Amino acid sequence: MGDGVNREEYIVQMKQISKVYSNGVAANQGVDFNLKKGEIHALMGENGAGKSTLMKMLFGMEQPTSGEIVINGETTVLSSPSVAISKGIGMVHQHFMLVPSLSVAENVVLGMVPKKGIFIDKEKAIEITRENAEKYNLHVEPEMRVADIPVGMKQKVEILKALVRGAKILILDEPTAVLTAQETEELFRELTTLKKEGYTVVFISHKLNEIKEITDRLTIMRNGRSMGVYETKDVSKEDISRLMVGRDVVLNVQKDPAKPTETVLKVRDLEYVNEWNKKMLNKVSFDVRKGEILGIAGVEGNGQKELIDMLFNLNVPDAGTAEVNGRSIIGLPQAKIREMGVSLVPEDRMLYGIAGTASIEENVISDRCAKKELNNGPLFKMSEIHKLSEQLVKDYTVLCKSPAQQVGMLSGGNIQKVVVAREFSNDPALILADQPTRGIDVGATEFIRKKLVELSRSGVAVLLVSADLAEVMELSDSLIVMHNGRIVAYFRDAETLTDEEMGEYMLGLKEQTPEEIRRVCHD
Amino acid sequence: MSNLLSNILSPGFFFSIFRISAPILYATLAAIVVEKAGFANIGLEGLMMFSALFGSLASYYAGSWVVGFLTAVIVGVVMSLVMGFFAFQLQTDIILVGIAINLMGSGGTLFLCKIITDITEGKAMASTTGLVTSGICIPNISIPLIKDIPFIGEVISGHSLLTYLAFLVCILTSIMLYRTSLGLNIRAVGENSNAAASVGVSVLKIKYIAIGFSGLMSGFGGAFMSMSYAQGWSQDMVAGRGFIALAAQAMGGGECLGGMLSSLLFGFAQALGIKFSAVGLDSNLASPIPYAITIISLAIFGFVRINRAKKPKVAA
Repeated sequence: MGDGVNREEYIVQMKQISKVYSNGVAANQGVDFNLKKGEIHALMGENGAGKSTLMKMLFGMEQPTSGEIVINGETTVLSSPSVAISKGIGMVHQHFMLVPSLSVAENVVLGMVPKKGIFIDKEKAIEITRENAEKYNLHVEPEMRVADIPVGMKQKVEILKALVRGAKILILDEPTAVLTAQETEELFRELTTLKKEGYTVVFISHKLNEIKEITDRLTIMRNGRSMGVYETKDVSKEDISRLMVGRDVVLNVQKDPAKPTETVLKVRDLEYVNEWNKKMLNKVSFDVRKGEILGIAGVEGNGQKELIDMLFNLNVPDAGTAEVNGRSIIGLPQAKIREMGVSLVPEDRMLYGIAGTASIEENVISDRCAKKELNNGPLFKMSEIHKLSEQLVKDYTVLCKSPAQQVGMLSGGNIQKVVVAREFSNDPALILADQPTRGIDVGATEFIRKKLVELSRSGVAVLLVSADLAEVMELSDSLIVMHNGRIVAYFRDAETLTDEEMGEYMLGLKEQTPEEIRRVCHD
Repeated sequence: MSNLLSNILSPGFFFSIFRISAPILYATLAAIVVEKAGFANIGLEGLMMFSALFGSLASYYAGSWVVGFLTAVIVGVVMSLVMGFFAFQLQTDIILVGIAINLMGSGGTLFLCKIITDITEGKAMASTTGLVTSGICIPNISIPLIKDIPFIGEVISGHSLLTYLAFLVCILTSIMLYRTSLGLNIRAVGENSNAAASVGVSVLKIKYIAIGFSGLMSGFGGAFMSMSYAQGWSQDMVAGRGFIALAAQAMGGGECLGGMLSSLLFGFAQALGIKFSAVGLDSNLASPIPYAITIISLAIFGFVRINRAKKPKVAA
């Protein structure tokens, strides 16, 4: 590769790229990456493998420490995103780069606003958006506020933004992480259309099925290095996962059938209207029993977050009750809720899960630092704390130099393991697991899933919220689907469902009868 | 009491509301724009103090209010850009920069005044803590026709040029924020600077423009204070208007119209305080009135806002 004929074939070549951050972390080491015109190219790897860093350098957000970037045969220095945009490179970030209070059209033209005199030409902005939306077959509502549109449309706005700026190469960072099955299919159709028209797509993903379905070639990264470039059709899913993690990963979680006993969490008629007057929870009732995993599926933003917030008193419902083992938890301080045996794996681990600048040790004892065993009068018993944290780091295979290391310095997967180590080790009666494996690597994902199953089989009640359809379907014993703040379906046996069926409920195309839904309350 | 009422219902009282509100409105607009750009400039008070001093000095030495006014504006803008340099480029906490400017604005202006003018007690031009520059003030303007309308004419006509400008600038600021690409960029940077940066909007430039705008407004406000509101400069003459503006910004929901109404409310409160002392209320009791009204109205505003957020829930 890389000589004579091939050089012309590539529209992007990144040669021997290294990136060492000022704190000494080497995110990329001698990585070769290239793109052919008109291909969909997967970039795969665990969290912290250096995929995002590599792509940020291609988009001009970061500068390589060494190495060369060649675009259309020309060596180029991509000093900023503007330069990258001018070279025809566009990026759709995992966390959308949109301004919520502005309209779709305003977001699309931001930075290149059409003007009428000194004023913004709003009609023209809408027209540009509409024209391009039609041209690329990306359906958006130009006049709606971004805050009011669904996630799938937000992503289309992002893709449009890149295309309107003349992008021929599109980098999509985990584009399907937040989409339903239907939306994902739609995205794939759109990407295939773009590919036919000669656009090149880089597709970052953890999801093996998607990679196999849509990509032509793939580059696998591990530990900041490239593990090679492959034709997608020539490698099996098992090969890919082996290259990514360096060992075989069991993708199917093995679990015995659940034997649920008495109800632990009992939620009745929970209602909540948010500050923008949108009804986020509408008469939500369900039970979670000892020994079962109850999954909540649904497109994000349909009340799952609000529900978890209510159950951990991060917010107060307008009406309804929630009880743990017969005692109300509404409005109780978090310490009291924890005393009752409730653990939370929060959706936003950086905000609610950890204190980033504190050590691993301080983080894992933060929920129990007042306990007698760890204190000696007013002072900590440091020896006990060291022992406990070392044990937890070992049990939960947290990859770190020592428990004294700052949590914020770890990779996403290891940060989540720290959260889980704390939340799972305090003898919980109920675990609220909100997106427990979002954006973390295959190894950590597998570990956390296994732990959840293990704990549930040992008699813990688990409420699992996940936007990852495969996860919620594989892991849950029973499932409820939320749409528009309501429970629209309950499946006693999660294993018999198909993705398509689920998608129809998640998007509100289908709904069960109240009697069917009522079965989730085991009175 | 009836004395007080007749005092309040006089055109002079309403006139004074607009006059008192003008500098607060300038500072409020400054607060609004920087807040839209995603940060806070608590140093408006200090900026206004500096602008007031240099405006007054320049007008005195040049013998022209135009020179004084321009100097005040330039000083406000330059100092705000220096604040921006410390905050954006040297990465100092913008709140600390604001505190520094405020402290300098209080003590530093007096120091500079004494150094520059060599004023000592007893000299004709000024007392120990102030300059008097009567005769070179920003002119007042009588509006033809309107000035002849009874009552209304007395309230609306005859204000300082800068009072009219304040309300005009308020409208222009609103148009700038919502109708121009600069405003769009400011709002985008304030709400999601990464989004703005990712499409090639220079976040640093926008922040400089926003803080420069706050300096410009402080310049207007400061010039008004020393060259129109009072006939000269004195120590701490801005008297918390830069802080009241921050409250007005919040109370006005961060929008120009709301900010203007809040400024008028605070103007009303101060005018009321003045009237109370005019009818013989002990000045120690009268002078806290505007500040008490500020606190009470903020509390009511907060209460109403929380309730308004909750109310529809009860209905639902």
